[in-house]
Amino acid sequence: MSDADRPQDEKTPFFKRIFGRKDEAPAEPKEEPKQEEPEQEKPEQDRPGWLRRLSRGLARSSQAIGTSLADIFTKRRLDADMLQDLEDVLIRADLGVAAAERIKEEVARGRYDKDVGVDEVKNVLATEVERVLAPLAKPLEITSRPFVILVIGVNGSGKTTTIGKLASRLTDEGKRVVLVAGDTFRAAAIEQLQIWGKRLGCEVIARESGTDAAGLGYDALQSARESGADVLIMDTAGRLQNRTELMAELEKIVRVMKKLDPAAPHAVLLVLDATVGQNALAQVEIFGRSAGVTGLVMTKLDGTARGGILVAIAEKFDLPIHFIGVGESAEDLQPFDARDFARAIAGLE
Amino acid sequence: MFEGLSEKLSNILDGLTRRGTLSDEDVNLALREVRRALLEADVALDVVRSFVDKVRARAVGAEVVKSITPGQMVIKIVNDVLIETLGSDAQPIDLDAPPPVAVMMVGLQGAGKTTTTAKIAKRLTERMKRRVLMASLDVKRPAAQEQLAVLGRQVKVDTLPIIAGQTPVQIARRAEEAARLQGYDVVLLDTAGRTHIDEALMAEMAEIKRASSPHEILLVADSLTGQDAVNLAKSFDDRVGLTGIVLTRVDGDGRGGAALSMRAVTGKPIKLIGVGEKMDALEDFHPDRIANRILGMGDIVSLVEKAAQTIDAQKAQKIAEKMRKGKFDLEDLADQLAQVEKIGGLGGIMGMLPGIAKMKDQLASANLDDRLVKRQRAIILSMTPQERRNPDILKASRKKRIAAGSGTKVEDVNRLLKQHRQMADMMKQLGSAKRGPLSQMASAFGLGGGMPVPRPGELAALQKQMGKGMPELPPDAFGKGGLPGLGGPKLPGLGFNPFGEKKK
Repeated sequence: MSDADRPQDEKTPFFKRIFGRKDEAPAEPKEEPKQEEPEQEKPEQDRPGWLRRLSRGLARSSQAIGTSLADIFTKRRLDADMLQDLEDVLIRADLGVAAAERIKEEVARGRYDKDVGVDEVKNVLATEVERVLAPLAKPLEITSRPFVILVIGVNGSGKTTTIGKLASRLTDEGKRVVLVAGDTFRAAAIEQLQIWGKRLGCEVIARESGTDAAGLGYDALQSARESGADVLIMDTAGRLQNRTELMAELEKIVRVMKKLDPAAPHAVLLVLDATVGQNALAQVEIFGRSAGVTGLVMTKLDGTARGGILVAIAEKFDLPIHFIGVGESAEDLQPFDARDFARAIAGLE
Repeated sequence: MFEGLSEKLSNILDGLTRRGTLSDEDVNLALREVRRALLEADVALDVVRSFVDKVRARAVGAEVVKSITPGQMVIKIVNDVLIETLGSDAQPIDLDAPPPVAVMMVGLQGAGKTTTTAKIAKRLTERMKRRVLMASLDVKRPAAQEQLAVLGRQVKVDTLPIIAGQTPVQIARRAEEAARLQGYDVVLLDTAGRTHIDEALMAEMAEIKRASSPHEILLVADSLTGQDAVNLAKSFDDRVGLTGIVLTRVDGDGRGGAALSMRAVTGKPIKLIGVGEKMDALEDFHPDRIANRILGMGDIVSLVEKAAQTIDAQKAQKIAEKMRKGKFDLEDLADQLAQVEKIGGLGGIMGMLPGIAKMKDQLASANLDDRLVKRQRAIILSMTPQERRNPDILKASRKKRIAAGSGTKVEDVNRLLKQHRQMADMMKQLGSAKRGPLSQMASAFGLGGGMPVPRPGELAALQKQMGKGMPELPPDAFGKGGLPGLGGPKLPGLGFNPFGEKKK
């Protein structure tokens, strides 16, 4: 989001004025776990590492949008051009045209043709984004035993890594976690999960590549019941949501598990890559239809992508957002916090 | 992947097609919608802006050729600018260097680098007969090196033996040396996924480049990427100097604006596209075809070419001749059905047609798949030759026998006969049509009777015809029994609607 993106073409001077100065400003919303205040302190002491990473990321995203906003709004009259630029800033964050337009109108309400300050605009923006996201920031609650979590998503969204991090988190809480290597398609996906299992000391239930994932899930659930595990997390092969036959396979995994426990899987987490654009809407819709998604995890927020699509998703679907991924190590999975996320998008520290 | 955008643009420009003259206001209205459609397709904002400006500059004051409508003129200009932005030619991977030629793959985590590496290895080995060595430099993600090794065994390409504890740079050096000593032509270096703001990893990537001096550095990027596509493409390009881009997951239902963005911002060609999970699901990128698809014209060129390769031209001509005379019998229908299967089934054809994205979903849910084609062939094959030539003799008892013989029901037989009749009627009309898009369509396609081998001029004419005929079709034409974007109520060269009555 900067002049970097701009193609060779000439731009209006106005545009240049607004965006021309900044360097590639990365952004990544990130947030700290505010909703569990006590927990938040702990990591701060125990793991200075992630907090630093977090703040660094926060600074990046803040700079990105914050600088843009500052350029637009410092001591200026709110006119149509400025509003257009505000919308552009939001579009660059992947909010999508509709959500960006709506928030733009929110900002304009009662302020049109008046002098506005940067902070005011940032606050309105943050409030608006937070208002949309806040009801969806819910922790993942482990309510039964064994609690079955099915992890799904398109290829390369970060399912296996998320499972590793989630297992680490739950293990730290004292839960006995069993992992199921349900990605029987991709080469070495099973090994990847097994390595995570070894790191964390979790049992990993796996069969050879190419076996039926639904049968594996059934057997794994049975074995987890017998062994008294607290949580069973099942990996699945990545699949594009327009592949009907693969979505049917996902349905089958769920269906077969229900034979053993009608409540299973207790949570179906859809893993979304923050770099994804508007296609995330289709992913949420279709995965939701096939597998009954119960919550979202957004990964790769440690890059420059801001994951603004979550705002559009939140406006359309009533799905809790449980976690965000901000890096590759085990502690880089954080609870989703709407306020932090919103303030990061608005450029407020 | 671009269908969504195609539909949008064709809907927008549809309004213009029927107007006599094009005012500034018209252009602005259309372009505002073009902008929105492009943004919804995830084309980066700045790219959209420059794109729209270019189109406007060219559209205003452009001379509208007499025989076409102003709307078509706008479509053409949008099309031209799209092609320019995407690059005008397909560019293959360049191996023109002293062996071993190093090819380095870079990208974000989860973009599809490892899978793409194996696909490229297979392609170079099988199509270009090169000896290829693959090496995974990914020491970060658990089991990444094993993944490449497993894929190597699958595609029968050697991988560099894994030595635990080596750094990526050391592995790159070892790969280069092994390739040189063992006489490999190409060495593919699969690097770890990295975020372009991770300074340490970006520095490492630059060091790998220095150590291996790759001839090609390919950015592997997800076609589903949003606005961030420009940031990532530019960062990687600035840091190591990309030579090309490989787009993955093009078989998804993303609108693929990232392709446009990355190409525009780096100027680097998109060399290959990944279109599936199988190891041979890698295709050349054809900018012009993709542009056509964006515009809602479908990948007609691809379809025609593919059909030309697989369809028996002589047989097709014969059928065309019969159609013209209204003597299209069930035998001919069976031949056509067989050809549908040869082109890659209905799914294969549908994928190349414009404006089909939404319908594809409907089709999938209605279970209209290739089994239908197979079943219809079975019905015809259960008839006697006499019955096939003269369907009128089919009475109840014969139909019962045919249904039993083909494992279908009498209703199915009736439905097929009805379709055949409708088709034959339509063929006759087509054959006698003297003017209008239908007759041109008919002749372009050898009267709908299979694909003639297309001559270049014919293709161009066809393209033009497509451009004209398409936007005038109502968006729901398919629901009424035709396929949109073909200027006529049928599949080209298939001469009938294989979907039967539309089940909604």
